[in-house]
Amino acid sequence: MEVRKNKIMVENLCKTYHTNSGDHEVLKDISFNVEENEFLVLLGPGRCGKTVLLNILAELEEQDSGKIIFDGGRPEMGNIGLVFQKYALFPWKTVMGNVEMSPKLKGVDKATRQANAQEYIDLVGLHGFEKHLPKQLSGGMKQRVGIARAYATEADIMLMDEPFGALDAQTRYSMEDAIINIWEKNKRTIVFVTNNVEEAIYLGDRIILLSSRPATIKKEYKVDLPRPRSYTDRAFLELRNEIVANTDLDV
Amino acid sequence: MNKTKKQGKTKYLILSILGLTVFFGIWQAAVKLGWVSERSLKAPTDIIQTFIYKLTNKSPDGATLPTHFWFSLRLALSSFAIATIIGVPLGWFMGFYKKLDMLLNPIFEIVRPIPPIAWIPIVILTLGIGFQAKMFIIFVAAFVPNVINSYLGIRMTDMTLVNVAKTYGATDWEIFTTVCIPSSLNMVFTGIRLSLNASWTTLVAAEMLASTKGLGYMIQMGRTIIRPDIIIVGMFSIGITGALLNIILNLFEKKVAPWRYRD
Repeated sequence: MEVRKNKIMVENLCKTYHTNSGDHEVLKDISFNVEENEFLVLLGPGRCGKTVLLNILAELEEQDSGKIIFDGGRPEMGNIGLVFQKYALFPWKTVMGNVEMSPKLKGVDKATRQANAQEYIDLVGLHGFEKHLPKQLSGGMKQRVGIARAYATEADIMLMDEPFGALDAQTRYSMEDAIINIWEKNKRTIVFVTNNVEEAIYLGDRIILLSSRPATIKKEYKVDLPRPRSYTDRAFLELRNEIVANTDLDV
Repeated sequence: MNKTKKQGKTKYLILSILGLTVFFGIWQAAVKLGWVSERSLKAPTDIIQTFIYKLTNKSPDGATLPTHFWFSLRLALSSFAIATIIGVPLGWFMGFYKKLDMLLNPIFEIVRPIPPIAWIPIVILTLGIGFQAKMFIIFVAAFVPNVINSYLGIRMTDMTLVNVAKTYGATDWEIFTTVCIPSSLNMVFTGIRLSLNASWTTLVAAEMLASTKGLGYMIQMGRTIIRPDIIIVGMFSIGITGALLNIILNLFEKKVAPWRYRD
């Protein structure tokens, strides 16, 4: 088994929100590592603070205490790819316009960035839809655009916040296959947040199980099942039952 | 599917025509059967006659209908254009820059509720009664909705989209221009529509200042010389033009912000 170096090291992260109705502790002493090119899943019940954790990793919010160390230093803004649950596509931009956004902001010339964007549009299976507006796409297709857009940042770290949470079950299964396919063709370090146990096991190299609020790390699971995985595989189901038994209910 | 849609459209068209026919039919009957005195109201057929007559004749109010019309259109549209060119960017900047908002919002909030007509006396004292004075009255009416809606449009920008741009390395200015402004266009167009409406409907009030031309002036004259047909020709000219301007604006909006319409 190859030894991979750590890409992100999270140490003793804490976060509390102070509101008029009192203090809400969201993250409590969170520490974990993300290995290079690993598919890491953060699994936790609804509203447990997963999104906050991801926002802190993306530097959209600040932690109260604790450290995040990136291999090679903190990436500059613009060098982390994010995928959001609600797609967050720019409705006035075409598929191409959305995907080429990040390189455009970085000043990459048009020919280069569109050629790259095209590559990622093809990678996520949207060849021929470059000129479509988000409005004309289905939920699954929209999220493919979201993934292509994150890839087009050329960031080696990708953060995905329940990207398939808004999709219907059938589309969700096919998107899970799609993301694994894309990732296997073009490896990046992915931190994938979900509240769905099956999805976590289906996708992750490793699963970090979070407790309900304040989020603490309950347990870490290494998923050693070969890909493509099967939902009905015996080992899959055993792991599923084990994780479910350990998961806090979202009240 | 397409066929039923088309059938539905014709059905609605018939209903619209029916509505207009009944409206004008009752009106015609009311005047011709003597329910209403012809001195206070004329029948639609008489009004059409007056309309045709006024297309080329200056009497009795001093100018032909096209002259009145162009004068009013020029007045309303130039005021509207200035109100939009100043109002929309001002709303954008106030929505995006907190300091500017704090600086200007109090003044704006005080000025905003003053109806355009209440400005007339002070405008007469400062600007007189010329074209500029009239323009100012209309400008005030057209300015407010432009500012408010552009301001709200920026404020209502989806934070997730702002975050996306942020994580992709956009500067504040780039967030303003590439995220906030496009996503505000929805509201901006609502503002522009209200503004166009306001500038057109304030015409009559603005032309109460000494005029010799304009649809508003024509309506006033119609009252002075007791010619209800002239009044109504003026009113309908304003109404129909307003509706046409709205249609033109809608077409323009579909061109500029197609993502809201195409599906």
